[in-house]
Amino acid sequence: MHAEEKFTYETWPAAPEKATLEAKNKFLGFWFFLGGETVLFASLFATYLALKDKVGDSGQPLAKELFELPLTFVATMLLLTSSLTSVYAMYHMKNFAFKKMMVWLGLTALLGAGFLGLEVYEFSHYVHEGHKFTSSAFGSAFYTLVGFHGGHVAFGLLWCLTLMFRNGKRGLNLYNAPKFYVFSLYWHFIDVVWVFIFTVVYLMGMVG
Amino acid sequence: MSTLAQKKGFGATLWDFLTTVDHKKIAILYLIAGGLFFLVGGLEAVFIRIQLAVPNNDFVSAGAFNEIITMHGTTMIFLAAMPLIFAFMNAVMPLQIGARDVAFPFVNAVSFWLFFFGGVFLNLSWFLGGAPDAGWTSYASLAMASKGHGVDFYILGLQISGFGTLMGGINFLVTIINMRAPGMTYMRMPLFTWTTFVTSALILFAFPPLTVGLVLMMFDRMFGANFFEVAAGGNTVIWEHLFWIFGHPEVYILVLPAFGIFSEIIPIFSRKRLFGYSSMVFATVLIGFLGFMVWAHHMFTTGLGPVANAIFAVATMAIGVPTGIKIFNWLLTMWGGSVKFTTPMHWAFAFIPSFLAGGVTGVMLASAAADYQYHDTYFVVAHFHYVIVGGVVFAIFAGTHLYWPKMFGTMLNETLGKITFWLFFIGFHLTFFIQHFLGLWGMPRRVFTYLPGQGFDAANMVSSIGAAFMGLGVIIMLINIIMTSVKNVRVGNDPWGDGRTLEWSIPSPPPFYNFKQLPLVRGLDAFWIEKMEGKNGMTPAEPLGDIHMPNSSFMPFVMGFGLFIAAFGALYHPDKVSWSLPVLILGLLITFGSMFMRSVKDDHGFHIHKEELIDDEDKGVKA
Amino acid sequence: MADQQLNSGNPRVDIEYRRRKSTEEMRYQVVSFTLMIFLTLIAFAAVAVKGFTAWFTVPFIILLAVVQVIFQLYYFMHMSHKGHEAPSLFLYSGALVGAVTILAFTTIIWW
Repeated sequence: MHAEEKFTYETWPAAPEKATLEAKNKFLGFWFFLGGETVLFASLFATYLALKDKVGDSGQPLAKELFELPLTFVATMLLLTSSLTSVYAMYHMKNFAFKKMMVWLGLTALLGAGFLGLEVYEFSHYVHEGHKFTSSAFGSAFYTLVGFHGGHVAFGLLWCLTLMFRNGKRGLNLYNAPKFYVFSLYWHFIDVVWVFIFTVVYLMGMVG
Repeated sequence: MSTLAQKKGFGATLWDFLTTVDHKKIAILYLIAGGLFFLVGGLEAVFIRIQLAVPNNDFVSAGAFNEIITMHGTTMIFLAAMPLIFAFMNAVMPLQIGARDVAFPFVNAVSFWLFFFGGVFLNLSWFLGGAPDAGWTSYASLAMASKGHGVDFYILGLQISGFGTLMGGINFLVTIINMRAPGMTYMRMPLFTWTTFVTSALILFAFPPLTVGLVLMMFDRMFGANFFEVAAGGNTVIWEHLFWIFGHPEVYILVLPAFGIFSEIIPIFSRKRLFGYSSMVFATVLIGFLGFMVWAHHMFTTGLGPVANAIFAVATMAIGVPTGIKIFNWLLTMWGGSVKFTTPMHWAFAFIPSFLAGGVTGVMLASAAADYQYHDTYFVVAHFHYVIVGGVVFAIFAGTHLYWPKMFGTMLNETLGKITFWLFFIGFHLTFFIQHFLGLWGMPRRVFTYLPGQGFDAANMVSSIGAAFMGLGVIIMLINIIMTSVKNVRVGNDPWGDGRTLEWSIPSPPPFYNFKQLPLVRGLDAFWIEKMEGKNGMTPAEPLGDIHMPNSSFMPFVMGFGLFIAAFGALYHPDKVSWSLPVLILGLLITFGSMFMRSVKDDHGFHIHKEELIDDEDKGVKA
Repeated sequence: MADQQLNSGNPRVDIEYRRRKSTEEMRYQVVSFTLMIFLTLIAFAAVAVKGFTAWFTVPFIILLAVVQVIFQLYYFMHMSHKGHEAPSLFLYSGALVGAVTILAFTTIIWW
C-alpha cells in the first residue's frame, strides 16, 4: 500500500498503523523502545527505593511529611483520563474519522498540560518546604524519578501538538496513521509509569 | 538515480560518507572509526607496559598512569570493540537475511555519528585538562573526588555514544524480525544473525541502567545532587550496581557477535555445516538471559553478604554450560571436515583454546570465597584480557579478513595476514599468560609502579615484550590493508569459494540495493543448498520490480554534532563561565531542531526503476 | 479482532463487521477505564483509612498497581491482539530485568 494514497471510510485498512512495511517497523521498534524505557524507569525506581527518606544529617522533611493525597489523586485522575481520551482518538482513527481523532487528541493534550501544571505547582511547594534536589539523597532521588517522568510527559505534549499542527490540513493517510498510533503507545506508557509512581512514591511514602 | 558505477572525486566521496544511510557504508565508517580508536587504545596499552616493564619506573607519573589505564579500558571497550562489532553487524546481517537495508536507515546513520562524536569528545579530554582517571568502571567514591573535568568527559562522552548504541540495538532487532527474505524462518537464520539478534536485545536492556548511572553521576558532580554523598544520605554502591547491571551484559554484547563470526568461519573453512545448530541458538539465548543475573560477581568483596555472594557465584558458574556447548559444537564442526587453513581459520583455531583459558579462570573467579584473594590483582586482568582479546579481538581480526572482500571488493593478503596472526598470537600469550601468575604472587592491579625484589620484575618485563609483538602485528595488518587497497585486485561474489550463506551470493561489494530480487530461502545455509544443486545463484522470490530506497541526509551528522557542542556547555557549566549555558542550549537546539525538522519534513525515499535494473544486467558492472 | 483480514466477499458486510467490532472494543476500553479508576480509588482509600498496617497496605497497593498496568497494557495498548507476540516478549523481558534490579536495590544495598 502506498503511503500517500487517498482513502475513504470503506477503503481504509483495518489496521492502518501496520499497513506498510515502514509502519510495521515503527510499531515494533517503538514497543522495543518501551521495553528499554521499562528498564530505565525500573533503575530510577530502584534508586529511589534505596534512597527513600535518606536525608543524612540535613534535617530535611521525609516522605510522610511532604506528600498529600488530594493533590496526587487529582493528578492521577487527569493523567488516567488523558489515557482514555487517547484511546478514543485511536478508535476514531481506525474508523477514518479524522476530525474526531483530532478533537480527542486535543483533549489528551489539554489533560496532559493540566497534569504538568499541577506537578510544577507541587514541586514549587516542596521546594518552599525545604525539600530540594540538592538538599539530600532523598531529594535528588525524588526529583530525578518524578522529574524524568514529568519530562517524558512534557515531551509527549510537544509531540502531540506537533503531530496535530503538522497534519491538521492533511487528513489521514498511511504515512501519518502509524505516527499517531506510536504517540498513543507512548502516552499510555507514561500513564503506566505514573501508576507505579503514585503507588511507590506517594502512597507508599505516606504509609511509611 | 543510475545504478552504474560513478567515478567520484575525493570531495564527492567524503560527502557520500557524511550523508550516507546505507548500512554497508555505515559499516565502513564504523570499521574506520573503530580501527582508529583501536590504535589509540593500543598506544595507551603500550604506554602502560612501558611504565610497568621495570620496577620504580618513571616513564609516566602516577596521575598520568591513572588516566592512561582509564582511557585504555574505556576506549577499547566502548570506542574500539563495540564499533568494530557494529561494523560487522551492519555490513553482514542485512545481507544474511536477504534484506535491502536495516529497518531504520536514517537512525542507523544517527547511531554512528553519535558514537563518533561521543568518542571524539571523550578523547579531547587529553588536550583539555586531563583524561578521566577513575578507571573504566569509574566507581563513585573515586570519581566524585576526581579533580578537574576528566570524569565529566567520561560521563558526557559515554552518554552520547550510549544513545547511539541503544538506537542501533533497536534497529537490528526490528530488521531481523520484520525484514527476512521469504522462506527464512528464525531457525534458518545464520548464526551470526542470531548472535546479532540476542546481542541487540542485550543492548536494549543493558544500556538504560548505564544511562541512569551516568545521569546520577552527572547530577552529583555537576548539579549538586547527593546520590553518592554519604553525609546527605547517599550510597556509593548504587553506582557499582548500576554500572555492573550494565557492565556484565556488556561483555556478552562484546563476545556473542564474536561467537557468531567464528560460527560463520568454522563451517566455511571446514567445508561442513555447523554442528548442532539448534543447540547453538539455544545456548546463545541462554547466555544472553543468564548474563543479566550475574552482575554482582564484580562486587563480591563489597560486603553484600554470603547469601547474595553464593547466589551470584552459582549463577556465574552456570554460564559456563551454554558456552561449553558452543565450544564442543565448534570442535565437532571441524572434526571430519576438510579444513582449509586460511587466515580467518588461523584465528578460529587460536580462539578456541585462548577463550577457553579465559573462561576457566572465569569459573575460578566465580567462586566468591576464592575471589577475595583474586580481586583487584593481575589475575583478574589476565582473565578478562584472555576472554576479550582471545574472544573478541581475535574475532575482529578474523572477521576483517573474512568480510573484507564483501565490504571492499578486494582480498587482504594471506601471507601478511598469517604473519600478523603469529606476531599477535605470540605477543598476546607472552603479555597475558604470565599475568595470571603475577596476580597469584600478589601484584595488585591499577598500580603505576612496583618495588623491586618482590619477584614481579622478570614477569613484568616478559609481559611488556609481548606488547611489542602485538604492536608489530597490528602494524603489519595496516601495511596489508594499505597494499591491498593500492593494488585493488577485484574479486567476485564468493571469493573464498565455500560461502554458505546469502551474503556470498551477491557481488563483492554488493550494489547499493543489495538484492535485485529478494531471494527465496529453502533452508539453513541457503546459498549452500543452491550450490549443492548445481546452481550458481539464488532463486528469486519475487519478479523484477521497482526498488524503494531511502534518501541520504546530512542531518544525522548534524544531530551528533549538536550533542557534541552541548556537551561542552554542560562540561564547563559548574565552572560558572558565562558561555556555558548558551553553548549548551545552542547544541541542544541544533540536535532537537534537526530531529524536529526530520519529523515534519516528509521523506519518502526514492525508487529505482525496473528498467535501470535490467540495464545493469546487460552491462554487468554494478555500482 | 478489528485487525484481522476480512474476507466475507461482500465489502459492505466487512465494513459493518469492522464497525461493530470496533464499537465492541471501545466498550471494553471504557469498562477497563472504569475499573482502573476504581482500582485507583481503592489504593488511595487503603492509604487514607487508618487501621491497616504497612505490612498489609504496601503489598496490597502494589498488587492493585500491577493489575491496573495489566489493563493498560492489554486493553489500552492492545497487547491482547494478534501481532503482539514480540512486543509482549520484550516488554516482559524488560520488566524482568527491572524487577531483578529493584529486588537487588531493596535488599543488598543497605543490609
